[in-house]
Amino acid sequence: MLENQMELHFASISQNEAFARTVAAAFATQLNPTIEELTDIRTAVSEAVTNAIIHGYENDPGQTVILTGEIQGRSIVLSIRDTGRGIENVELARQPFYTSQPNMERSGMGFSVMEAFMDKVVVESSPGQGTVVTLFKQLSQEDDHA
Amino acid sequence: MQIMTKRKNGLLIASLSGELDHHSASQVREELDEELTMDIQELELDLSGVTFMDSSGIGVILGRYRILRERGGSLRITAMSAYVGRILKMAGVLPLVSQQESQSKGKRGTKHA
Ligand SMILES: Nc1ncnc2c1ncn2[C@@H]1O[C@H](COP(=O)(O)OP(=O)(O)O)[C@@H](O)[C@H]1O
Ligand SMILES: [Mg+2]
Repeated sequence: MLENQMELHFASISQNEAFARTVAAAFATQLNPTIEELTDIRTAVSEAVTNAIIHGYENDPGQTVILTGEIQGRSIVLSIRDTGRGIENVELARQPFYTSQPNMERSGMGFSVMEAFMDKVVVESSPGQGTVVTLFKQLSQEDDHA
Repeated sequence: MQIMTKRKNGLLIASLSGELDHHSASQVREELDEELTMDIQELELDLSGVTFMDSSGIGVILGRYRILRERGGSLRITAMSAYVGRILKMAGVLPLVSQQESQSKGKRGTKHA
């Protein structure tokens, strides 16, 4: 059984949204996922990292976001952590179309996208302390790939 | 993100290529809004060159949709990958920007990339 882990620290600037999702996808590649699975992972990580930068750190470029990855067999777990402002009401934040920044043309669909593309999304947050979003996905068996 | 535009009469056609995320969204927004002069009534977006999009892209598209709507115009997506379509569908945007909804008089077909 393949076991692996990684941790990446990066500055809270929007250039790193593409960097972080690319790293997550590259990490997942060793499991030989389908293109769709890879796209799902890339998109979900992009959502969580964007949230850390714009909501957690409120666009302060001097902060650090941490992405960790763990592989066990064909399951991959990715977590995105910030030590920013935190979320007061996680249940509300996860509602489709809910955004605290409607004037910034946010769609409020970030958490919904993460939920649709991953098997499970766990959000741990405390106001003033920060947020950890953990994304779980079980990849299909390689023999099943068309 | 690269944006190519063409204009004829009240129509603006914009072809986007690259990755549409929060980072590129502000550039896309600025460039499109600059082209959306008051004489433009219709915006056609060709998203077939968009290789990545997350929910930030939904915000950009809905924002332009509202701008056009407010002036009695319309926004239409003429081409996109299945992947982009999936995200737009999730947000309920697809019916707003598909051919049937638009006020377009021309006979331009919807391609799927
Ligand atoms: N890391 C975070 N730190 C603080 N608040 C967050 C974080 N992630 C999400 N949120 C809150 O949850 C809301 C919903 O997030 P999301 O579904 O991604 O929509 P959007 O980013 O479009 O606002 C955000 O508007 C914000 O208030
Ligand atoms: Mg978001």
